[in-house]
Amino acid sequence: MKLAVLLSLALCMPLAAAAAEVPEYVLTIQQHRYQPTELKVPADTKIKLKVVNKDSTPEEFESNDFNREKIVMPNSSITIYVGPLDAGTYTFFGDFHQDTAQGTLVAE
Amino acid sequence: MWGIALLVFREVLEAALIVTIVAAATRGVARRAWFIGGGVGLGVLGAIVVAAFAGAIAGAVSGVGQELFNAAVLFAAVLMIGWHVIWMSSHGREMAQHMKSVGGAVQTGASSLTMLLAVVALAVLREGSEIVLFLTGMLAGGADGLVSGLALGIAGGTAVGFALYFGLLRIPIRHFFTATNWMLVLLAAGLASSGARYLVQANILPQWGSQIWDSSWLLSDGSLLGKILHILIGYDAQPSGIQLAFYATVVALLVVGMRLFGGGKASRPRAAAVTAGAEMAG
Repeated sequence: MKLAVLLSLALCMPLAAAAAEVPEYVLTIQQHRYQPTELKVPADTKIKLKVVNKDSTPEEFESNDFNREKIVMPNSSITIYVGPLDAGTYTFFGDFHQDTAQGTLVAE
Repeated sequence: MWGIALLVFREVLEAALIVTIVAAATRGVARRAWFIGGGVGLGVLGAIVVAAFAGAIAGAVSGVGQELFNAAVLFAAVLMIGWHVIWMSSHGREMAQHMKSVGGAVQTGASSLTMLLAVVALAVLREGSEIVLFLTGMLAGGADGLVSGLALGIAGGTAVGFALYFGLLRIPIRHFFTATNWMLVLLAAGLASSGARYLVQANILPQWGSQIWDSSWLLSDGSLLGKILHILIGYDAQPSGIQLAFYATVVALLVVGMRLFGGGKASRPRAAAVTAGAEMAG
């Protein structure tokens, strides 16, 4: 029953969410590196983060600091919602290429 | 090779811990090896199918398909674990007594076992699909040590699962199913919390506070122990309010469910005493 409630929530909420103005920021993955490696975003504001993967291999955008994970397929992009975050520095990484795909989100 | 082994290890570990709890919770049940083995097998097949359709899933429902899929898988697992927990609360005592007296396998409800088979399959499917995607990427990039990395990762993750299993077996039999039932409750609560996180990420659920606390200085989500506790009890170093709400709701629902539907043996002596008292008074 809980699932049914959630599904009905899932059906009507995107409409409500789309109406709100959420600033969008873009991160690009190329050669298993994030560009920019440091992204400045406003603190205490919900943001929309678009991650574009220009590589021919899948990546998983992940952050333990702001608690997000999402697979980004080759040559495609994803969007996720982040925050509102307190002012501070938050690291993120590419789970599939952790040695190179590292970056920080600076909320200020 | 080590990078591959490490990633595979982390994913296998998450699935292995869930399988371990299920294996412990079905201790002494006839044919459970078939159910668990079948669940793992179905999960591996499912993982390959999900990975093959990952692009389609990601693009579905205006870009939030991945979150909805993950949340649906997690909530399905929560429901099935919940069913088993409530069922066990009325049958667990009998099972423990039967095992003590007969020492043999117990015939148990097929529906409850099927639920747990599905839980195993879903756990393997979710983590396995990430491994498949990762490996196809590595294969395309022509990475070395793919097979050895995969083998090492699987062996390592499985080994931790077995270590936990044999650790759990040391629990005395009369407390055993109480312990595994509570582990299932916390597992389900943690999965529900993760499911809520996906829906927040997709902007479908409100967050109710982005970080209620921050214990990452003590134990980060990225550390091995943090990962293990994340699966076992739903540990999260920086949980959002809605995650805590889902966690608490599942624990509360299952505790109430166990009290309402279960505890048949536990409440019977009291009921008998009341009846006896009424007869004496009459």
